[in-house]
Amino acid sequence: MWSSYWDSVAVFLGINVLMGISLYVPMTAGLISLGQGAFMAIGAYVSALLTKSNVPFLPALLAGGAVAAAAGLVAGAPALRIRGIYVMILTLGFGEIVRVFFLNFEPTGGASGMGGIRPLTELWQVALACLIAYAVVWRMRHLRLGRAMIAIHEDDLVAEAMGINLTRTKLVSFSLGALMAGVAGGFYAHQALFIDANQFDFSRSAITFLYVVLGGAANPFGSIVGAAIVTLLPELLRVVQDWRMTIFGTMLVLVAVWRPDGLLPAPRLRKS
Amino acid sequence: MTTLLRIDHVSRRFGGYIALNDASCEIVEGHVHALIGPNGAGKTTLFNIVSGVLRPTSGKLSFQGVDYTGCRPDKILTMGIARNFQQVRLVRGLSVLENVMIGAHARIDRGLIGNTAEFLGFAVAERAAREKARMMLEFVDMAGSGEMQPDDLTLVDQRRLEIARALASDPRLLLLDEPAAGMNPTELNELGALISRIQANGLTVLLVEHHMRLVMSISDRITVLSAGNIIAAGPPKVIQRDPAVIAAYLGNGDEPALSS
Amino acid sequence: MLAQQLANGVMLGSTYALVAIGYTLIFGVLRLLHLAHGEVFMVGAFAGLQLVLWWQFGPMVALIGGLISSAVLGMLLELVAFRPIRKRGNSHLAPIVSTIGAGLVLQELMTKLFGAEQMPFASAISHVVYHLGVISVTGSQLFILSVATASMIALHLFVTYTSYGMAMRATSENLQVAAVLGINVNTVILVTFGVASALGGIAGVLVGLNFNAISPFMGVEMGIKGMAVMLIGGLGSIYGAMVAGLLLGVMEVLSVAYLESSLRDGFAFGLMIIILIFRPRGLFQTGIRAER
Repeated sequence: MWSSYWDSVAVFLGINVLMGISLYVPMTAGLISLGQGAFMAIGAYVSALLTKSNVPFLPALLAGGAVAAAAGLVAGAPALRIRGIYVMILTLGFGEIVRVFFLNFEPTGGASGMGGIRPLTELWQVALACLIAYAVVWRMRHLRLGRAMIAIHEDDLVAEAMGINLTRTKLVSFSLGALMAGVAGGFYAHQALFIDANQFDFSRSAITFLYVVLGGAANPFGSIVGAAIVTLLPELLRVVQDWRMTIFGTMLVLVAVWRPDGLLPAPRLRKS
Repeated sequence: MTTLLRIDHVSRRFGGYIALNDASCEIVEGHVHALIGPNGAGKTTLFNIVSGVLRPTSGKLSFQGVDYTGCRPDKILTMGIARNFQQVRLVRGLSVLENVMIGAHARIDRGLIGNTAEFLGFAVAERAAREKARMMLEFVDMAGSGEMQPDDLTLVDQRRLEIARALASDPRLLLLDEPAAGMNPTELNELGALISRIQANGLTVLLVEHHMRLVMSISDRITVLSAGNIIAAGPPKVIQRDPAVIAAYLGNGDEPALSS
Repeated sequence: MLAQQLANGVMLGSTYALVAIGYTLIFGVLRLLHLAHGEVFMVGAFAGLQLVLWWQFGPMVALIGGLISSAVLGMLLELVAFRPIRKRGNSHLAPIVSTIGAGLVLQELMTKLFGAEQMPFASAISHVVYHLGVISVTGSQLFILSVATASMIALHLFVTYTSYGMAMRATSENLQVAAVLGINVNTVILVTFGVASALGGIAGVLVGLNFNAISPFMGVEMGIKGMAVMLIGGLGSIYGAMVAGLLLGVMEVLSVAYLESSLRDGFAFGLMIIILIFRPRGLFQTGIRAER
């Protein structure tokens, strides 16, 4: 009993880490999305629909990710030529629109949600997905795309003058993140077995944001640390069941004030 | 004597203020062409218009006979015009070599299939860019600095890094915005030698500068701006004696160090 | 019928406007999003509720109580969740974390005190219905409209004619220059939070009266909508926020009347995205530059 509980916690941890990476990618290019929950929702619903029609898990997951990625292109398009803070509000709004959409979309259950999803998620799959996501992030950093993203993050006008195609780079990073969130959503659906629109609301996006920023937005391992802390801390705080969230919230404020740049330092600074 | 860049009656207003008034100029291929003038003359404005960062209020720009007025900076780079920035703009989060590689990538595009292949390990373009970047660093006498961080470089080296990055994109025209600012005589000589090397490799250079000695010694042509207007154009010897030019500098209280 | 819907919409919209103005004021001086502003709004509503429930005070007192509680809370939040970050290098991601945390704490505390369920906002306002031409309004709706209008007028006067108001505007323009000109920027920011939160508190009490229901989670939806309204009106534009809030209120009411009612909440964001694409600086192009 006990080990299957922690097994479940581990699965959710993996899903959260994946969500963290999904936000880390666009944030590397300076695009702060407060709407990753929307892509997670899309991936969850699409993959669940497919497995209900007896599509095997892997293709269903990938299809969910692909639709989420396409949504990422749509959501990212207005974000191309606007400043950081506008992108935050845009993605926030997009998240709400998707939530309201699924709340009203009868074929996927509407407000009553979708149940009876096949329990296909296993820990090794989630772990593998996280590893792949990490490999992608690492590989990207040492290729043109990663460098372009970092350049854009620092100053996108200058990046353009250096020959970087802003549109392409921003769109790719945004939809890559959306794809990852979509796959995470697929895992989530087949673990939680019941999904409704409100599970993917702003809180979901906000928590995803916390994973990345708490751990350190400039550090790719930051999302693991952040996701681990945010996922596991409430578990560890179960002893103080009633005050869990209050303590958690207080700790967020304290960490933000004590370590505004996150718990892990930016990699560059570690060299010197 | 082919014209590489033609500036055709270019004007730029900022509200009621006329920064550039009907400027026309031809940059000959293979030349080192300097833009000089007292402060506020419009040199930077013209420079920014030529590099695509600013749009002209009126007038035309053509490169190799092709009109490129209004094109975006990244497009202009692919056409073969590269620039540096007066206030050095390096990507602090990347290493020195990686900064130069950004320039190298600017003209190579492998498309979606190619890029995916790169991702999966067939990093042909990546290796080529890395090699090119190393060559450029060597060319500007910074071989071996590749793994350093831009913040750790001296200002002069940061400037050279910018030039290396611009060169990595294989431009035909190199735009240099006050590359000599803050340099001591030794560094000035090295810069002059570098620009000559660049010219010897077949590039054309358009240079905005204040250091008259440098300008007079390396330029083939000089265009002089004052208060938004071009008041003189020609070889260094002619410009040095031009009364209008002397008046513009003396009248503004600037250092009239026109004799080399 | 249409006129009635418009009237209802204006009343709903004025509460949106009040919340959006709060976001706008804070964004104006700090260039940051205050993600716990929705909870400040919520606390105001509960403070007002308490005054009405425990001591049988009327709506006016509830209003003042809500206003004051929110203002105090808002200023506290500035001191705890924003100022220390400003002192340590001005990260603009950290305030988002700290305000998420603060919002969580406030939600939890309120849930502890009042339970997680919705509570009716008992009020002593008469439910006499007044008939003005084709429109019927209840006493409470008139109250809401007059309070909201009075608040916005008061804000306008404050911002335009008082020295604090002018200091706020100067700080919004350019924080560094304001400091150099001798304005005590920290005090101005604190006052801004106080004013913005007071407006939020007023909105909380008004919403409680209007819908006769409050819950510790009412700040979440209002919070996000408030930000959308702020963007529609133009980031940093107070008058834009006012107009956009009213517009949204009307749109939502009309959508419930003539369209699928469950789509109501999507309108704010749909409109926001349309504005972002076609008029990024807001309806009247009064917001700060959107393009980089």
